[in-house]
Amino acid sequence: MADPKIAYVRETMLPPQAPPGNDTGAVSWIRENLLSSWLNVILTVLSLWLVYYVVSHVAPWLLRGIWQADSLAQCRQIRDEMYGAGANVACFAVITERWNQLVFGFYPRSGYWRVILAFVLLVVAIAPVLFAALPRKMLWFSLVSPLLMFFLIWGGTIWGPIAVGLGLAAMVGAGVLVTRKRGMLLGVLVAIGVGILWFLNPFAIVWNGVGGAGNPLGFLFPIDSLITRIGDAVAPGLALPRVLSKDIGGFTLSFIIGIAGIALSLPLGILLALGRKSNMLIINTLSVAFIEVIRGVPLIVWLFTASLLLNYFMPPGTNFDLMLRVIIMVTLFSAAYIAEVVRGGLAAIPKGQYEAADALGLDYWKAMRLIILPQALKISIPGIVNTFIGLFKDTTLVVFIGMMDPVNLLGSIRANTAWNGIYWELFLFVGLMFFIVCFLMSRYSIYLEKRLRREHR
Amino acid sequence: MKKPLVFCAMGALALGAGMAQAATLDDVKARDVLNCGTNTGLAGFAAPNADGVWEGFDVAVCRAVAAAVLGDPMKVNFVPTTGATRFTALASGEIDMLSRVTTWTFQRDVELKFDFVGVNYYDGQGFIVPTALGVTSAKELDGATVCIQTGTTTELNLADFFRSNGISYEPVPIETNAEGQQQYLAGTCDAYTTDSSGLAATRATFENPQDHIILPEIISKEPLGPLVRHGDSDWADIVRWSFFALVAAEEFGITSANIEELSAGTDNPEVNRILGVEGNLGAQLGLDAEWAKRAIAAEGNYGEIFAKYLGVDTPIGLERGLNAQWTEGGLQYAPPFR
Amino acid sequence: MSLSTQPPKEPFRLGQLLSDTRYRSITIQVVALVLFALGLWWLIGNTAENLKNLGKTFSFDFLGQRSNYDINQRLIPYDSTSTHGRAALVGILNTLLVAAMGCVLATVIGVIAGVLRLSKNWLIARLMTVYIEGFRNVPLLLWILLIFALVSESAPAPRAFANGDANMILWGTMAITNRGIYVPSPVFTHGAWLIAAAFVVAVGVAAWLRRKSLREQAATGKPPLPLWQAAGVVLGLTGLVYLLQGGIVFTLLFVVQLAIIAAIFIYVRRFVRPALQYVPSQRASATATALGALTALLWAIYISPALWHMLTGVFGTPAFTPSITLDVPALGGFNFTGGFNVRNSLVALWLALSLYTGAFIAEVVRSGIVAVPKGQSEAAAALGMPASRSMSLVILPQAMRVIVPPMISQYLNLTKNSSLAIAVGYMDVRATLGGITINQTGRELEGMLLMGVFYLALSLIIAAAGNWFNARVKLKER
Repeated sequence: MADPKIAYVRETMLPPQAPPGNDTGAVSWIRENLLSSWLNVILTVLSLWLVYYVVSHVAPWLLRGIWQADSLAQCRQIRDEMYGAGANVACFAVITERWNQLVFGFYPRSGYWRVILAFVLLVVAIAPVLFAALPRKMLWFSLVSPLLMFFLIWGGTIWGPIAVGLGLAAMVGAGVLVTRKRGMLLGVLVAIGVGILWFLNPFAIVWNGVGGAGNPLGFLFPIDSLITRIGDAVAPGLALPRVLSKDIGGFTLSFIIGIAGIALSLPLGILLALGRKSNMLIINTLSVAFIEVIRGVPLIVWLFTASLLLNYFMPPGTNFDLMLRVIIMVTLFSAAYIAEVVRGGLAAIPKGQYEAADALGLDYWKAMRLIILPQALKISIPGIVNTFIGLFKDTTLVVFIGMMDPVNLLGSIRANTAWNGIYWELFLFVGLMFFIVCFLMSRYSIYLEKRLRREHR
Repeated sequence: MKKPLVFCAMGALALGAGMAQAATLDDVKARDVLNCGTNTGLAGFAAPNADGVWEGFDVAVCRAVAAAVLGDPMKVNFVPTTGATRFTALASGEIDMLSRVTTWTFQRDVELKFDFVGVNYYDGQGFIVPTALGVTSAKELDGATVCIQTGTTTELNLADFFRSNGISYEPVPIETNAEGQQQYLAGTCDAYTTDSSGLAATRATFENPQDHIILPEIISKEPLGPLVRHGDSDWADIVRWSFFALVAAEEFGITSANIEELSAGTDNPEVNRILGVEGNLGAQLGLDAEWAKRAIAAEGNYGEIFAKYLGVDTPIGLERGLNAQWTEGGLQYAPPFR
Repeated sequence: MSLSTQPPKEPFRLGQLLSDTRYRSITIQVVALVLFALGLWWLIGNTAENLKNLGKTFSFDFLGQRSNYDINQRLIPYDSTSTHGRAALVGILNTLLVAAMGCVLATVIGVIAGVLRLSKNWLIARLMTVYIEGFRNVPLLLWILLIFALVSESAPAPRAFANGDANMILWGTMAITNRGIYVPSPVFTHGAWLIAAAFVVAVGVAAWLRRKSLREQAATGKPPLPLWQAAGVVLGLTGLVYLLQGGIVFTLLFVVQLAIIAAIFIYVRRFVRPALQYVPSQRASATATALGALTALLWAIYISPALWHMLTGVFGTPAFTPSITLDVPALGGFNFTGGFNVRNSLVALWLALSLYTGAFIAEVVRSGIVAVPKGQSEAAAALGMPASRSMSLVILPQAMRVIVPPMISQYLNLTKNSSLAIAVGYMDVRATLGGITINQTGRELEGMLLMGVFYLALSLIIAAAGNWFNARVKLKER
């Protein structure tokens, strides 16, 4: 029956095989998993050799590491006394000695508790977002916590963050109120208007625009600074000593840039994705252009733009905080990536879902919020978390614009006479810290995927 | 900016035009802190210690200016800049002055629009090679691999030197001094070239300094000094004369030890003018009478600063050489305070 | 249509701009456009004013000025008297070089690691997991710095070759030093065009054979031209011409070559084919021809001359010399001279980019293979297909549809990440145009603009090419 020219079709029945032997126990596991074929044997031997090679070189270096010394010279001295001259020994003393600098940068010593407290607040604020089992009331704290963290880390008067918080609340409140009465579009416009009145001084802008000098109503606007001034006058004591962005470095800096970027880029990315899916020509074009331009250029170029060029684009005399510039750039960059991930999630939603939402009479935003986005975001979780991991790893690039992140501190620690010539130990430490954070993030994404998997139950 | 995050976002939009490049002095006073651009780390010139306090020869100039203007040498924000970012940081107003082993060149003064206010270190570009190479002159480096810091004048000098001598070389560009050192010690380049002060500083940190020689050729003039933006001569004057006060103090024997008793008045009218006992030099600068006294008291006079960070008793171990006072055959020469 | 009831024409009210869906979208778009235009106008106005205050003009004149700096790796002639524009071009070529090399190696590493991670061998699967997780969760910058340090600390200095502490490899034609890897470069003499012509003819013949066998397959169902036949045609013809140019020793050498090549191909066929034939079987011979052509090229311009170089040391120079010889690096003065120098910075950047992106590609490949239902491989096994065939004819073609789109974005990432060359001093476009040139001329705005446009164009080209390829492997739904 079979065509003899076709090579892969059997022509005869196979003879019946003997029943399989007992395959439990270590020997058969090894035979099954390590030695099942010649190729496998070769691979196994190669891997064993590799593992042995790495361990035999690294383990003594790692385990005999010296943790207490004041300088590399002293480290070498201790090493020569303990293990003989020129032994292969790590000098982890540099981490012990510079631990504070690697974690806090040049943050004033008396203020370390502030950074630690801010970090604790961060954990408390993030917990209800990450784990659904926690009480939902905690989310209110999560909303307020950024202002608190800002106050803790940068210091200054507490009235500043309070005024900003009130302003944001006023914007959202006005927006929601008008939306209920007059629809979404007016609501958004009103919210923007309130924001402009609160945070900027439109009168001054217009006035300067027409060539006037001075500032009509300057004492009243922006409302934000008015509240700050009033608060300071009423209760002047509520302040922490100011800390400048330049003094913030080490892992604190990586965390601040990373967390701020993550928190800001998700909503922005979702909006961009919706804009790209929109059938309004102009919105769509703007979104596509923005996403493609941002994604098409390396982050390092954007960071150089932030450090070299942003002052060209601002009115003369403005001086942006460098960290803020970097956060803005990192946020825009990762928002463009998230937009693409979310767009993929939206594309995977069957058309019937949109039609069902229309049939229920939901308007666009309600349909998105209640039906489409929850499903789309669930699909895009792995992609979003990967983008976040990428963002956190990319915070190391600020080294090239002279910010004191851990990688830059490696350089300046090595520039110090005491530690000149140290290399691998610091790299190992910084790499390990990043690995732990990123690995936890990826594990969390797997956990979340499992939790949200509704089918097959 | 008062509140960095919120305020600058507002300021970006709300500030009017016109207050840009003028009146740096007012900005500094309002801010109550001096933004000074410096190195990310160069032994002897600028490096943070374990407490995060910046120290070094270039740092001392900033401290003197801060003491003169704000009355406190610690009111300085040190902004670490790389060779590539330093000029934009200054041009954009991110820093008020740059004190970062920067060579005074025509291009930087004219085309890039900066004002060099003086020379705090007369330097020249040299080469360091391992003794084992058996090289005694830079002209023998035909075909050698040379490490250079990118974004500096050394890059251009190197190209000119090898070109004019008709010999070939292979440049290896590196970003920072620490990296250059590591590359050189690993043997990936035969020679490392930078300002000879930097070479000495670098050699000082080696495990076996005697295994490396600094070649006799100095292939360029590198007058290193602090600089400010064009367009604010008042501010440039303050930085310039704060620095010259340090140089003049050494010339007239004003040290951090005897400055208090000399402030009571001396027989030398120039010393009196510097220390604000006579005349109104401070007022002419828009500062108070004791500006120079504070600048000198901050870290000592020029000689003291040199001895503290770069001198023969430090690991760097630099001779005064060209940087001695003019009275001792050097080039440091402060114009008269009158 | 007499009964159709037209809705009554309502008079237009202003409120409809906000409430009527027909007009609302226009309103939103107009508002967005106005805001966007205002923002743009504001930015450009600020820039113009700032430039005026600084006394700078916006011009690209600097590209025509003398650059005054040297670049170590130049693929086109360049020295410190050339212009800034040419320096930028040198940088652009260097960027393209490292990106292309990285994409190739990352794909190889990624595919191998991805397949091995699914291997039944417990140990190797765990090792691959360690590799993938390690590289994915640590910043690329750290890897680049680390590999750079490894490369420069572990290899011997050129001086070590002078006193015999280190030796050149591959029959004395290649030297691995801590400054880079010196590889010989081919030198073409008069007769080289003969070999080139033979090569072209051979590729033509192989292509013709393939077409013929495809027609045959359509008619009779016979499997198409196998890999080693196509490659053998290309190699045999090229080698024959090569043989005619040599002497006695050379003939012997060629026989040895043929034997080696035959052995290699028999093994390649057994082991590598599943990974190479990622496309349905009709394309197998095309792939094979391409692979054979590459091998032949490598053989003709590198391996043969290298062997010849070695044999001349043993037997003396033969009467005839082949028309393609090697310029072998030799130690002269401080460094090796002759051949290519693949610099440390390039090696480190290339390896780091490839290993890093390879870890991501491995995950892409793995998820692509996992996405193919198990029933497919079971069905293939039920037909009695050997595992290698089912991989190449059943699993991979289906996995490709899942693999290709994320693969494109990995290539894009790699290209953009090549700008981290700054960490090892590799002279890419960021280091020349965006680094030294900006620094020496003070033209930040123009330099950054040009650089941004270059990267954007490059990304769009790669994305377009990837999408074109994706359209070809996509499931054709009829």
